[in-house]
Amino acid sequence: MRLSKVWLVASRDFKIFRRQKNIWYSVIGFPILISVLFPIILEVTAQRSSGLLSAANLPNLLDSFSFFIVIGAAFIPLGIASYSIVGEKVEKSLEPLLAAPLTDGGILLGKAVAAMLPTIVAMYAGAAVFTVGVDAATFGKLGYSYFPNWTFGVLLTVVVPAAVAMSVLYSVIVSSRANDVRSASSYGILVFLPFLIIYLASEIRIISLDINGLLTIAGILYAIDIALYFVSTAAFQRDEILTKWK
Amino acid sequence: MIETENLTKKFGDQTAVDDVTLQVNDGEVFGFLGPNGAGKTTTVRMLCCLISKTSGTARISGYDVGNKDDSLKIRKIIGLVPDNVGLSEHLTAYDNLDIYGKIYDCPDPQRKESIRRFLDMLGLWDKRDALAGTFSKGMKQKLAIARALIHDPEVLFMDEPTANLDPESAKTVREFILELKREKKTIFLNTHNLDEAQRICDKIAILNTKLRAIGTPDYLEQAVKGRKTVITLEQTSDRILNALGKLPLKNLEHENRTVSFDVMDPDSENWKVVESIVLAGGHVTTVDVVGSTLEDVYLRLVRESA
Repeated sequence: MRLSKVWLVASRDFKIFRRQKNIWYSVIGFPILISVLFPIILEVTAQRSSGLLSAANLPNLLDSFSFFIVIGAAFIPLGIASYSIVGEKVEKSLEPLLAAPLTDGGILLGKAVAAMLPTIVAMYAGAAVFTVGVDAATFGKLGYSYFPNWTFGVLLTVVVPAAVAMSVLYSVIVSSRANDVRSASSYGILVFLPFLIIYLASEIRIISLDINGLLTIAGILYAIDIALYFVSTAAFQRDEILTKWK
Repeated sequence: MIETENLTKKFGDQTAVDDVTLQVNDGEVFGFLGPNGAGKTTTVRMLCCLISKTSGTARISGYDVGNKDDSLKIRKIIGLVPDNVGLSEHLTAYDNLDIYGKIYDCPDPQRKESIRRFLDMLGLWDKRDALAGTFSKGMKQKLAIARALIHDPEVLFMDEPTANLDPESAKTVREFILELKREKKTIFLNTHNLDEAQRICDKIAILNTKLRAIGTPDYLEQAVKGRKTVITLEQTSDRILNALGKLPLKNLEHENRTVSFDVMDPDSENWKVVESIVLAGGHVTTVDVVGSTLEDVYLRLVRESA
């Protein structure tokens, strides 16, 4: 598998995505929502009921808020990966790609890169804005800038890539059984569930989103990623795509 | 260039392609005729290393179809125009070709030159910056052909390239294939358009899961079914018909003043029939040899195999 060929497959998808408004909305929308909404919530809450946002409560609350970056990282690739595979299936443009001198793994990796890269860039950009906004809103209470910190670093560098990979690999599997982008995205929403459960569990203090907690979550996600990788590569075989995919 | 021996593909219990043995020589345009569901697309997909074969062998330019190491080499030297064109509709015509040129490792100046040449030849240069999705069916088909040729493949596989096109677009595509034929490009052409196959192809195979016939269009017309002789008489009589009945004629038919029968070699067979008619007291007005068309051959073979 030559990486230059993988990059060609990815750059072909980037060119296609450039003209897809829906993909733009999802890539830009969620990071903007997270990076702007949470600082506003903090600001408004602080003005109305400052007791809720005591210096003791804030770190837990901010860690929970920052977990939405992971949720966003799982959400954004759904549309891209679904379009990348189901969209091509609908347009029937996969066959010439499969007939080209590319390996199945190379095509799959190219498509994964095309879904992962914009997501990670968008979420990191969103995280930067989120950091500035949240720090501005909480500096007065805490007396220091809460972000960036090691926990946030682990979240961005370890958990976010695991979540993105999980979403992409899951989308490949769903795409092999879906007939249109919308139904692929709808089934893809299921990938949210584990992240919502983690978030809710952290809210009711079943798990903690500190460094240890995040590393445990990341370990589980990477294990799931490995399992999904084997299932998705089995689904993304020329023979399967041309004869068994719906 | 392309050789298959007992090539077979089964999907579960269903046999899609059964025991196909054929050979396509260098620079030949090979027509693969058959009704829908005959296994034409499946055969092309096997030869293009897109799907696996169940049994048998196939080689393209000496490379083994089915051998993992050879698959990438085969895909490098072939071009495919699938039955559904398979263009990226959200890319421009130019980008559709450029990306594939890069995938096939065409160096920069040669790639740009090829893109210009093919888009020019197919009358699409002015539309190079338009999205492929905005093109008519004929334009898309032409662009798909250009994409398949961008790396100057040794073998071009075309799956129903004129299906669903209006007559004018079909004519343009057909003329382009003839142009490629003049350039001695080896072409494997799936079609169910008999007229197209007869006009373009050097060799034709008729497939209906199994290979029913293979040869040049002339060979198929003559050797597979032969021709029909139609003799018109001033009038027929029982004596004449009895005399003809004694001859070993195939499919002898009598209607009003004409008798007709199948004949393999009109020059050596017809005079004996005319002699019998004259000896029986008949007066022959005309003797016509009607060649059976490729359509006759095709329909007969397909019906026989149904």
